[in-house]
Amino acid sequence: MSFIFTEENKKKFEAILERYPEKRAAMLPALWLVQQQNEWISPEAMEYVASLLDLAPARVYEVATFYTMFNLKPIGKYHFQVCRTLSCQLCGAESITHYLKEKLGIEKLGQTSQDGRFTLSEVECLGSCGTAPMLQLNDDYHENLTPQKLDELIASLK
Amino acid sequence: MENKVLTKNFGLKDSHLLSVYESTGGYQNLKKIFAMQPVDVIEEVKNSGLRGRGGAGFPTGLKWSFVPKDSPKPKYLCVNADESEPGTFKDRYLLELDPHRLVEGMIICSYAISCHNAYVYIRGEFVYPKVQLEKAIEEAYQKGYLGKNILGSGYDLEITVHRGAGAYICGEETALLNSLEGKRGMPRLKPPFPAVVGLFSCPTVVNNVETISALPYILDQGAEAYRQFGTEKSPGTKLFSVSGHVNRPGVFEVPLAYSLKKLIMEDAGGIKDGKALKAVIPGGSSVPVLTAEEALEVNLDYESLQEKGTMLGSGGVIVMDETVCMVKALTNLAHFYSHESCGQCSPCREGTGWAHKLLQRISGGEGRAGDIEELQKIADNMAGKTICVLADALAMPIWSYLKKFRNEFESLIKD
Repeated sequence: MSFIFTEENKKKFEAILERYPEKRAAMLPALWLVQQQNEWISPEAMEYVASLLDLAPARVYEVATFYTMFNLKPIGKYHFQVCRTLSCQLCGAESITHYLKEKLGIEKLGQTSQDGRFTLSEVECLGSCGTAPMLQLNDDYHENLTPQKLDELIASLK
Repeated sequence: MENKVLTKNFGLKDSHLLSVYESTGGYQNLKKIFAMQPVDVIEEVKNSGLRGRGGAGFPTGLKWSFVPKDSPKPKYLCVNADESEPGTFKDRYLLELDPHRLVEGMIICSYAISCHNAYVYIRGEFVYPKVQLEKAIEEAYQKGYLGKNILGSGYDLEITVHRGAGAYICGEETALLNSLEGKRGMPRLKPPFPAVVGLFSCPTVVNNVETISALPYILDQGAEAYRQFGTEKSPGTKLFSVSGHVNRPGVFEVPLAYSLKKLIMEDAGGIKDGKALKAVIPGGSSVPVLTAEEALEVNLDYESLQEKGTMLGSGGVIVMDETVCMVKALTNLAHFYSHESCGQCSPCREGTGWAHKLLQRISGGEGRAGDIEELQKIADNMAGKTICVLADALAMPIWSYLKKFRNEFESLIKD
């Protein structure tokens, strides 16, 4: 399963390269482009990025595996990431996670529901402690959560 | 008297737009600044006494003055928007509600250190703040505040937003530089300091969003005006993020040396559900915890907090009421630091994980005789023994929780 940027992303990548004096600095932006195109970053995509940056594949692999936001396997269409760090814990993050597990039919954190729609994870501090408990769903923050808000949120997903 | 430096536009409609920022005087001072010598800009910032707001509190002007003026290499500015210290959520609002203040501050700093390429390293999760910032940068380019020959001054500046991908350690300045260069976010040995050998091995200033956002005020109103806030050693205003068991959590801009009691009991609306206060973390999760008694008598400036054995840090105030189990709270933090350790130094990689496992055992009621002493020993063997301070950032909570709330740990140890 080889990987290659779409024409649009190729142009984006070229524009990114111009912003840095060294090619390698385009690493994180390139991996983000891969993930936006493909939802996860396959070993083949890492090799492709390595070829674009004139690096050994291991240089890309070590970076892709270091950062928690890069998906190294396919995930659900909707990724619920509940913040679990102190301020959120004080404000009830554990009950939010528990509620979501039941609602989404997910037994273990990090797993994806059987229909492939939902993935549920716990993550470390998202920098939104004043509106705890909160979660990130794909790109968006959802704050001051209650079971009712979660119900509405889930119902709004197609 | 205007008493806000950073948040004065927060209440305005569409405060993120260039037109609104300009209508409050934004960017109007740039021509005057470009007529100054860069060294005089640095001097003004030095005189203001501004200290880095990311956590370390290092004098900003002094940091800039370490950038070698005779170096033929390009100079870089990296703004640290990685905001990831638990309990801190102030930069997010600066980015979302007043991004042009940051852009103008970046122009000022870049001009002062003769930088023509500046980067904003923003945490990967901040998608919306990034969108707001990028829109502001685009507006600034269109209006000629960025790009070639800004306002006919002959000065050029490019700004690029660089998105992180989820790693607390990238808030550490040298890890941030490695990450920006396309490597794993692992801190570098210092010296050399970034001001001499930083991004792409060139002289680099790394400053927090809040630090840079204070610059337009300082250059417009002058160092003396900035010093009307705070104390001699801790001048200016600071953003405090208040979270946990309070009625009105949020971000508050107050002059340094403000009373922590007033911040919690008045600005943040007091303790939730009429409960009693038990403990407060005053400067982000890494700093030593304060008991309620200590918290209610301390002022929020670098020196006063130091006298109480803690730190101002990032200004992340986490408030805990009487129901909180301090063992569980510390276990939560140990999980955090263990997860976020980059793994480069053994004392941190092994120590944070070991401490977390021990704490899990204790908080699960399975603590054994000697566990507390073991925990103490692990902390002693982590702090000061690694490349960066992530290990210290867990050691400090361990020491202070054990010292101040020891009975809670002891009650969970089986005889």
